[in-house]
Amino acid sequence: MNIMGLEQYKGVYVFAQQVDNELSGIAFELLGKAKELAKDLDTDVTAVLIGNNVKGLVDELAAFGADKVIVVDDPELEVYRTEPYAHALSSVINEYKPEIVLVGATAIGRDLGPRVSARVATGLTADCTVLEIGDFPLVARPGQEQKHNQLLMTRPAFGGNTIATIACPDNRPQMATVRPGVMQAIDRIEGAKAEVIEYNPGFTPDNKYVEVLEVVKSVVDVVDIMDAKILVSGGRGVGSPENFQILKDLAEVLGGEVSCSRAVVDNGWLPRDLQVGQTGKTVRPQVYFAIGISGAIQHVAGMEESDIIIAINKDETAPIFEVADYGIVGDLNKIVPALTAALKAELN
Amino acid sequence: MKIVVCVKQVPDTKGGVKFNPDGTLDRGAMLTIMNPDDKAGLEAALRLKDQYGAEVTVLTMGLPKAEEVLREAMAMGADKGILVTDRVLGGADTWATSTTIAGAIRNLDYDLIITGRQAIDGDTAQVGPQISEHLDIPVISYAQDIKIEGDSVIVERQYEDRYHVVKAKMPCLVTALAELNEPRYMTPGGIFDAFEAEITTWGRKNLKDVDDSNLGLNGSPTKIAKASDKVRKGAGEVVTLDPEEAVDYLMGKLKEKHVI
Repeated sequence: MNIMGLEQYKGVYVFAQQVDNELSGIAFELLGKAKELAKDLDTDVTAVLIGNNVKGLVDELAAFGADKVIVVDDPELEVYRTEPYAHALSSVINEYKPEIVLVGATAIGRDLGPRVSARVATGLTADCTVLEIGDFPLVARPGQEQKHNQLLMTRPAFGGNTIATIACPDNRPQMATVRPGVMQAIDRIEGAKAEVIEYNPGFTPDNKYVEVLEVVKSVVDVVDIMDAKILVSGGRGVGSPENFQILKDLAEVLGGEVSCSRAVVDNGWLPRDLQVGQTGKTVRPQVYFAIGISGAIQHVAGMEESDIIIAINKDETAPIFEVADYGIVGDLNKIVPALTAALKAELN
Repeated sequence: MKIVVCVKQVPDTKGGVKFNPDGTLDRGAMLTIMNPDDKAGLEAALRLKDQYGAEVTVLTMGLPKAEEVLREAMAMGADKGILVTDRVLGGADTWATSTTIAGAIRNLDYDLIITGRQAIDGDTAQVGPQISEHLDIPVISYAQDIKIEGDSVIVERQYEDRYHVVKAKMPCLVTALAELNEPRYMTPGGIFDAFEAEITTWGRKNLKDVDDSNLGLNGSPTKIAKASDKVRKGAGEVVTLDPEEAVDYLMGKLKEKHVI
């Protein structure tokens, strides 16, 4: 497969995910990264906003770096469904021919991205953590053309054991899904305006239009652990759901939140929204307490970018100590409450 | 009802990872398992078989050795196994992989295709949705529950903070989450039968409506520029302390770093 006329593909596009008419955090993160890439390529940033009655979100996208916003607004797009959204995004790609398309690696984006990339016949790199512009191959090789200004997409693979950098040199657009919580949004620019383009490719329901019978929202009022400055995270070593209270107390005194490892979710102790790691969320708080967490590689992949990692574990061979800045081998049941008490005394 | 379950033999990532010089995975050199999400998908299919009656065909693409996961699936209760293997299919990215699998599935009658959400080696979650696109059928990703109602499938589709109850007319493709169920064990009789069972092996020539330019390493739009073992930040200090000393130590560090 080889698409002729790669050079006619221009601009960095971002799928501006919204749910219930509210932009998802990933939309702003992608815009932040898109702005950097667009600068390197001397081009501009376009947000693709897809939904029903979503035009009111345009200024918000402009404030976070969109030069243009393409709005696909249609009643068929009220609730996320793969087909009408895939039709919307792939129609935009075919019509406007972007050079790069970024999609969040969310439960929506990881469904939409592959379907769209297959429809427009291009490559898609999943769950990227680093995006940059560079050459492919990285180093010139005799007998092979070295292409410049390529999107180099870096991602962890094999359970976080390795990292791979991937390019899509012969097809356009270059598409990536991007892991939430990794890219930085720019500071809000008050009063920024974007050029708005309304585009509707027409929506004719067919066999691929599924029916959403019910939307069941999570009843717990969840905090977003990705926004927390301090996370007190517990693992299997905490022992029981009740014992998470000592972690909650520590989090409270520091103004932080509680998160956890996969084992805790699998045991039904805490909800999935609080899970850090490869199959959970990527976090990078100022301080990450890993308490009773052994530090499986899948967990570490989700928290190793934290500024300071403090580990408390009774097993001195726990792999978490290999990434911790400060590791304490000891009994969490004694240390955590004592630390909370000391902090209370210090801060009051 | 006819169900096709796509399974992948994956390296057990706990056992370490090995590469070929071109940066692709050296699958021959690692211990392998049936990918966990795929196994949950297979279990879901077997439960539908128990409940409604169905013929379950498992299909895998890989090295000849990948036959092992088909035998495992058949020992769990799958009826047929198809191995898609050919030298020209090697080094495929998700586009070329999904093109290949769709080309194989076009030879089959099916009402429902189940894949795992993602494999633990690549973690992309792309192949399922891409197969559905090539076959022009609906996809429901991230299934945490699958039911059949007449000619439709009803799926609980997971999102970060909610789930949707989604209904799709079959044929349809569903991607399964590992938490969908607890996969059954192989039965001794099943293992015996599976050992004897015939596995269908397909190569390039058996793929339907597929162009050579979309297969294998050469047909993959994404190319590996570099692959390496992850460089992790080094360990800091590890100390063994009494609770009281530990608290003093931590308070000191938190002050030093201006956290408090």
